[in-house]
Amino acid sequence: MIDVNAFLGPYPFRQVPGTSPEDLLRAMARVRIDTAWVSHLTTLFWRDPAAGNRWLYEVTAQEPKLRPVPAVHPGMGDWLEAIEEAIARDAPCVRCDPNFFGLAPTGAEVRALVAACGERNLPLLTAVRLEDGRQRHPNDTARDLTPAQVRTLIRAHPKTRIVVTHADREFIEQVHYGSTPQEANRIFWDICWIWGPPEDHLEHLLQSIGPERFVFGTGQPLRLPETSVAKLDLIDLAPETRRPIESGTATGLGRR
Amino acid sequence: MIIDVHAHFYHDLSPRADWELRNESRLKAGAKIGIQYHVASILGSWGRTSPIYFPSPTDATAGNDALLALQRTNPTTIRGYACVNPNYTDHAVSEIVRCLRAGMVGIKLAASRRANDPLLDPICEVALEHGVPILHHIWQGRRGDWPGQDASNGMELAALARRHPKVTFILAHIGGGGDWLDTLHIVHDSKNVFVDLSGSGVDGGMLESCLFTVGADRLLWGSDLTMCTGLAKLRYLEYLLDRRDYEMVAGGNAERIFPAHAFRGTAR
Repeated sequence: MIDVNAFLGPYPFRQVPGTSPEDLLRAMARVRIDTAWVSHLTTLFWRDPAAGNRWLYEVTAQEPKLRPVPAVHPGMGDWLEAIEEAIARDAPCVRCDPNFFGLAPTGAEVRALVAACGERNLPLLTAVRLEDGRQRHPNDTARDLTPAQVRTLIRAHPKTRIVVTHADREFIEQVHYGSTPQEANRIFWDICWIWGPPEDHLEHLLQSIGPERFVFGTGQPLRLPETSVAKLDLIDLAPETRRPIESGTATGLGRR
Repeated sequence: MIIDVHAHFYHDLSPRADWELRNESRLKAGAKIGIQYHVASILGSWGRTSPIYFPSPTDATAGNDALLALQRTNPTTIRGYACVNPNYTDHAVSEIVRCLRAGMVGIKLAASRRANDPLLDPICEVALEHGVPILHHIWQGRRGDWPGQDASNGMELAALARRHPKVTFILAHIGGGGDWLDTLHIVHDSKNVFVDLSGSGVDGGMLESCLFTVGADRLLWGSDLTMCTGLAKLRYLEYLLDRRDYEMVAGGNAERIFPAHAFRGTAR
């Protein structure tokens, strides 16, 4: 299994256990995840992500089960260099969470980043949220990404592929059916925030918009990684359907 | 034994056209997880003819009747909470007695009245008389009003629990949104308050905090609206706990606090 949605490092708004590389590897072994795409969690909130990305590269260089997903701040002067470095270091994608950086999610800077990723065939990963809005720290006032913003971003460049994490069924449907089939085919959704039974949102989405749009992600260690495994276990999925969600689609997401 | 202390079912008077599918899905997922008993409630008409959290007496009765019917058709797996609106005190008390006599095993209070309100006292007295627990909807760390409900927080439930030390209370869905740390700090020494682990929240560190502050002997496993998160918590608890403590959280503690007949054989 490939977890496209994992983190290392402390979270600014509450104490979270299991944020070290060793802890993450233990949690991965516990739920049989082979590889995790990891970002440095704290970096998502820093004005300059460079230092966090450096640490991330150092850690992942020593552990083949961890692949770096560096954060790119398109408001920084050297953001294009950060993308080139990600490619040189074989990152599966880069990420930008504009609301945490205080950037307009569909502003010129982020759209330029989307276009640069598209031109380089490098997927861009972004999170709708990291925590449930009902429980956030009073100072965590960043807004969730909206379906309209994702629809705008996918139209910013005809080749860009976007991996969206922490989206629920309604969000996914609003983007999917609010996009052309060509646009929708360039968006990939991690399953961590989609409900299983008895609402059966994941099962419905796999049937309605297709399993090829989904990748396995957990949001660990902010969330229990067992959850994403459990929701697949609770659906009667044929191995040939489950395997691409668990790893095949993510494997094919690399640079083309 | 695995007992889900926080389940819900739907019925033909609710607004959902897919109510039967959702009920079937819960039972099917329950069989996969290994749940022996779904202890469930129906919140009136689920908003169709009166608000979810402020059900009219007529809707509360209709919902309870639907649940009793489900309990009769699934006598080995479904148990019921009588759901009432404490603003209609006489109805609430008589409805609880009716439902318990018909085979329900607990009382469900949602968000029709704050937990520390004196209107809940007669309900607690019925709970004590019949030896059943009260499952109380809680908004973890609530600081203000939320639309659509008079939600209670842990402090308000703890106040009620102090007034009724011989009644067992189940604090609903610690993972159901809100500041669960706030709740845990409040109820850690409320010995007659058990914490139900249900809810869509699966925050890293939440279960560890529950075990540290409340302890395995006062935790109850449940799912609420998301059984995948429930299964995830069960699996993580299996990793965290020794066998004895795991079994207590999964079902042993529920067996202790519900009436002795609740989980024996078929429902009455």
